[in-house]
Amino acid sequence: MTIQEIQEEIISEFKNFDNWMDRDNYLIKLGKDLPPIDSEYKREENLIKGCQVKTWFHFTFKDGKVFYDIDSSSIMIKGIIALLIKVLSGQKPEDIKNADLYFIDKIGLRENFSPLRANSLFKLVNQIKSAAIAYEAKRSI
Amino acid sequence: MYETKNTYFDITKIRNDFPVLNQKIYGKPLIYFDNAATTQKPRVVIDTINKLHSEHNSNVHRGIHYLSEQMTEMYELARKKVQDYLNARHSQEIIFTSGATASINAVAYSFGEAYIKEGDEIIVSEMEHHSNIVPWQIMCKRKSAKLKVIPINDKGELLLDEYKKLINSRTKLVAIVHVSNSLGTINPVKEIVAIAHENNIPVLIDGAQAIQHGSIDVQDIDCDFYAFSGHKIYGPTGIGVLYGKERWLQEMPPYQGGGDMIEHVKFEHTTYDVLPFKFEAGTPNYIGVIGLGAALDYLTGIGLDNIKNYEKKLLDYATTKLTTLNGLRLYGTAENKICIFSFLLDNIHPYDVGMLLDKMGIAVRTGHHCTQPLWEHYKIEGSVRASLVFYNTFEETDFLCETLKKIQKMFK
Repeated sequence: MTIQEIQEEIISEFKNFDNWMDRDNYLIKLGKDLPPIDSEYKREENLIKGCQVKTWFHFTFKDGKVFYDIDSSSIMIKGIIALLIKVLSGQKPEDIKNADLYFIDKIGLRENFSPLRANSLFKLVNQIKSAAIAYEAKRSI
Repeated sequence: MYETKNTYFDITKIRNDFPVLNQKIYGKPLIYFDNAATTQKPRVVIDTINKLHSEHNSNVHRGIHYLSEQMTEMYELARKKVQDYLNARHSQEIIFTSGATASINAVAYSFGEAYIKEGDEIIVSEMEHHSNIVPWQIMCKRKSAKLKVIPINDKGELLLDEYKKLINSRTKLVAIVHVSNSLGTINPVKEIVAIAHENNIPVLIDGAQAIQHGSIDVQDIDCDFYAFSGHKIYGPTGIGVLYGKERWLQEMPPYQGGGDMIEHVKFEHTTYDVLPFKFEAGTPNYIGVIGLGAALDYLTGIGLDNIKNYEKKLLDYATTKLTTLNGLRLYGTAENKICIFSFLLDNIHPYDVGMLLDKMGIAVRTGHHCTQPLWEHYKIEGSVRASLVFYNTFEETDFLCETLKKIQKMFK
């Protein structure tokens, strides 16, 4: 599925929630269901720097695609991470780099992604895109 | 069940004085429990600032014209108000800065320049805010001095016996927080000062979280320096106070140079102005200063004892409610404390609790609250912090507890 198709799927799934509590309950469920990052990657150097919530980030490349392993000590952040992984993990670097993540607004998560200081998710999206950009740059050398 | 109204303390009237409180967040009435971060402003402070900008604005201490004279007079009157509020001996012992952080940094620089030599020691405590740690670290690095730390017990109280053991002939200054921003502990500052003074060591008190909860008497405490911020005492942001005993301020060099702090400037040599101007280089935040004066008038109008008594009732009530909530662990259970509640709920991350409380209109702070070394004592990374003041109510506390129970259910 393309990034756009997955985003559309998430948007239609979230249309079922008519209040924030149901939506947040679902995010908590997603967070609980997301497998934890492999313990070998749960290291200091994999932490996203300057975030209020400890968030570990690791990525690998396979067959021209980027795969992300991300974990967080906050279940709700993990719930949102589960959505980001669903949308972006296993996609091509150029698609990740150019992705317009409009689903964030559509499902009402904008406040979680504001470029405020110590905002894990804002920094995480930057990291996800940086990994894709770095991979592309490496490939073009 | 409890008294929210009496002859001296009308909570409804008080809440009406704070326009920001009268609003809804996500459709819920705002419950503002983030007062340790900043306090809301009473209408009289807002009106004062508006009026100053629209009718009086002019730079102080310069120019022989009507507006400047008027503004200078109001500025110096505000200094007098701060002097009275702190019961300082002289008005020139009141220096305006941009906040408590700037006040502490000013002492760290100027005191350091005047008195600190290689091998000297500065004492702080385990419960300090970063702003009463980092300036001293910078100074210690500059002067090859050392930082010593008074430990705490698990209730969040300073171990005074350990403090006494840290004092020696190399100790040059004690810098201690009056009230912990993370635990709410009120430290026995008078005793701490007395112990230091027996050894001729001056003491700086970080009063950022103490000043808004009752009267402060710097002569009674006998501290050598006292620092606080305007925005935490219902005044504007960007204004702070450094109280310093005259003898120290006279001897210490200025930490900033510029306009308004000089007596005479020559390329070869500059002489400085008298106190307090020596420490107020550049155009001061005169509107902030006068706004702070208005905030102090407002508080003394309500009565500092009335505020203290009401907040004590709120503290006892909220402590009972929160400690009987299953799964809630309270950090900071000192015998003598203010209305600050740092807690963890079950094994839910503080950020998750804070985010869900926000959805219910309750503003709290989550994280380390700029006291990372303190949380190492408890072996946690941080907490949810609800900090209450005299415009908060018993009903708001009830709603917080009900909401916390709902959050627990969501994570079960």
